[in-house]
Amino acid sequence: MLSQQITTLIDKELKKYPADQRQSAVMAALRFVQDEKGWIAPEDMADIAVYLGMPQMAVYEVATFYHMYQLKPMGKYTLTVCTNLSCQLCGSDDTLAHLNKRLGIGPGEVTADGRFGLREGECMGACVDAPMFTINNKKLCGRLTSEKIDQILAELDKQ
Amino acid sequence: MINIEIDGKQIQTENGSTVIEAAHSAGITIPHFCYHKKLSIAANCRMCLVQVEKAPKPLPACATPVAEGMKVFTHSEQAVKAQKGVMEFLLINHPLDCPICDQGGECTLQDMSIGYGGGHSRYHEEKRMVLSKDIGPLVSAEEMSRCINCTRCVRFGQEIGGQMELGQAFRGEHAEILSFVSGAVNSELSGNMIDLCPVGALTSKPFRYKARSWELSRRRSVSAHDSLGSNLAVQTKNNRVLRVLPIENEDINECWLSDRDRFAYEGLNTADRLTKPMVKQDGKWLEVEWQVALEYAANGLRQISEEAGVEQVGALATANSTLEELYLLQKLMRGIGSQNVDFRLRQSDFSSDSKQQGAPWLGMSVADISRADRFLIVGSFLRKDHPLLAARIRLAVKKGAQANIIHSADDDLLMKVANKGIVAPDAMVETLTQVSKALMAEKQGAQNTSGEAAAIAKSLAGGQHVAVLLGNFAQQHPQAAQLQALAQQIAALSNGKFGFFGEAANSVGGYLAQATPGAKGLNAASMLANPRKAYVLLNVEPELDCADPQQAIASIKTADTVIVLSAYKHSAMEYADVLLPIAPFTETSGTFVSTEGRVQSFKGAVKPLGEARPAWKVLRVLGNLLKLDGFNQDTSEAVRDETLKDIDVTARLNNAIGGVEAKPSPAASGLQRVSDVPIYATDAVVRRSAPLQATSDAAPPKAWMHSEELKKLGLQAGTAAKISQGQGSVNLLAEVDDKLPRGVVRVATGHTATAALGAMFGTITVERA
Repeated sequence: MLSQQITTLIDKELKKYPADQRQSAVMAALRFVQDEKGWIAPEDMADIAVYLGMPQMAVYEVATFYHMYQLKPMGKYTLTVCTNLSCQLCGSDDTLAHLNKRLGIGPGEVTADGRFGLREGECMGACVDAPMFTINNKKLCGRLTSEKIDQILAELDKQ
Repeated sequence: MINIEIDGKQIQTENGSTVIEAAHSAGITIPHFCYHKKLSIAANCRMCLVQVEKAPKPLPACATPVAEGMKVFTHSEQAVKAQKGVMEFLLINHPLDCPICDQGGECTLQDMSIGYGGGHSRYHEEKRMVLSKDIGPLVSAEEMSRCINCTRCVRFGQEIGGQMELGQAFRGEHAEILSFVSGAVNSELSGNMIDLCPVGALTSKPFRYKARSWELSRRRSVSAHDSLGSNLAVQTKNNRVLRVLPIENEDINECWLSDRDRFAYEGLNTADRLTKPMVKQDGKWLEVEWQVALEYAANGLRQISEEAGVEQVGALATANSTLEELYLLQKLMRGIGSQNVDFRLRQSDFSSDSKQQGAPWLGMSVADISRADRFLIVGSFLRKDHPLLAARIRLAVKKGAQANIIHSADDDLLMKVANKGIVAPDAMVETLTQVSKALMAEKQGAQNTSGEAAAIAKSLAGGQHVAVLLGNFAQQHPQAAQLQALAQQIAALSNGKFGFFGEAANSVGGYLAQATPGAKGLNAASMLANPRKAYVLLNVEPELDCADPQQAIASIKTADTVIVLSAYKHSAMEYADVLLPIAPFTETSGTFVSTEGRVQSFKGAVKPLGEARPAWKVLRVLGNLLKLDGFNQDTSEAVRDETLKDIDVTARLNNAIGGVEAKPSPAASGLQRVSDVPIYATDAVVRRSAPLQATSDAAPPKAWMHSEELKKLGLQAGTAAKISQGQGSVNLLAEVDDKLPRGVVRVATGHTATAALGAMFGTITVERA
């Protein structure tokens, strides 16, 4: 079941669209679920479908189309490393290698304690700061070096 | 109308149409995969790229609207180069192994690649692989790597089937067609996705690797499983039906076919087919020669009529028997002097017989349904009883028509329902009366009306083309005549038409064949309520086909002689005296009169199995043996012509009824039964089709109740309950359906699990098992 907080957020979102176009809010609804539990399970998609009055398959289409929706449990902090051209030229391979050394996981994996997850991402539109990753799709960290990565991980460890 | 030019040909076309429509109407082919005339435009395969004068790039013909003076070139250098380019891309990921593909020989991609594909591939890298899916017993998604992502199947589900069961998940080169969490595709129209799929991704599971398309002979036929009269192509090899496909007929089934019509053929050659005449002697069944069996049957009939009187002989036939069979059956009965013949086995109210002017029918053409803007559908399990008519109504509703429902169950119709009155069966007359009164008030300009009946009346009053339609449930209802009279009244008040969704392939034909008792005879219900000494059963399985299975079986078991004409060995082995093997509809020629009164004849697609013979021949020989006049027809066509001689079919179709007073019945005490005939339990062939019986629609019947009723009875959902009616009781799982009205239990009929129960309507007891 969708939590009270999520339905409140969706209801607020629905006000932006005509009353007979409830499915317009599907992307926001998926985001709210992901923000709350870190990923989106098929059951959540089914719940969203019922809530917005649209086919389950249509929710699934949206959820699988966009890369930023996580369809399996990821870590408390999911680091998404951009591997597109600019980042790659500026050393995203080294970023991944360093993260692998530090966390012991590769792209698509989660640490055993569930704290960190690692993903490959697409261009984040800020190539000037390449190479970069995001934390939980929200916080952008750029101009990454081994030292800077260690520093970010240390900060996250403190939280 | 505007003028355009395609390949130098001047064409007049309607404003707003697309280039591909204009080209097709002028007989110019443009290659395409994702475009389909009945589906929305996706323009994602890009195969239909054409050159348009003054356009800088090739344009997709399916998504380009025509404009005055437009010049289109479908075979110019630019167009062909674009088309060849698209084809090369489509073939990049498509397996190039047509010889082992089930679609080979009838594949659009294969055909197009002959015209537009290169001789060899320039792509040497690894191809993408898509895993197979299990989407149910009818449609195979075994080779999804073949999919070219045209999304025809997805759009079919959304637009025609009314439910989006397949979708295109993921993105770019990872995009694939799948169902939500690997669920099955449960639509009752799912088989059409097989026809729509231009490649070998979605194929027919029962037909897979049975034959190549060029090995099959093709025979025209007509569907025997519902009253629409869908046109079929029955495909055969080595005297066996291997596949059934639709034949396009815009006025009937368009280019679709329901799964029931498409996959029922799997029930034709089952192990329990009766292939030899059999006679019971001293309690043992003996296989005998036709002559012996027929003489045995004739003697039995002669003996009973001489000793006990002809009124002791009764004949029952199912409404999916052919016109010829029904005609000869009644002619035989009337020949020996009995009027006891009927084909309306599930009907319980026959009071309209003397008050009705003609044969009840749809009241309009099937095409008219698409033009109606207001519907009142009374007592119909619409989607399951009439899958393609439901699809037509769904499309009409999408275009703005309003559907109003009065029924005793509230199944999802997969369309927007404007108003619904869901009431117990004994309140249906009352509800319709209220609608009628509200409509009268509406006409007199009443304001401030409220309630469901008023809302329905308001909806109907606002329409230009109103259709009031009575479903199977309304026809089987114990107050069917009153419902008919009320429907007539409502239709008159709203300047609309009213009619019946015919229950079976020949529900209209039975009347034309005069297979009804007339004033002196007994109808189906009386024949079974007052046991006869002899019964002739044509295609009938009494415990599954009759309104009251318990009573039917009891009466037939007490008879001295039971003559069974059947394609199958069924429970008749217990009570019959002689079994005459007859041919199902694919093995005989015959005629069905559809619910809109369309007379459609068909030929046999294969020879009868074993020693089975067409029933019309069997009845003719029986007539000869009984020395009756007029049994000398050489062909089924001769029988048909005799049947329809002096009959103006259009004039005979008449729903008008007079002299019926609507009297709302006092509320019944106790729980009432609401029963549907499940979609794959309608007739003997369908009931034996293994793939259809493996679908979720064929799940064993349960006892559905409102949760409050369940609580009152002290039952839990999902536990066994003892359901009793009359002498019989069965154990079924109790289940919750909060959309049902209070005071009813929904228990399906037509299924062996509920065959021990009594009438489809009336009181029923539920207790803890």
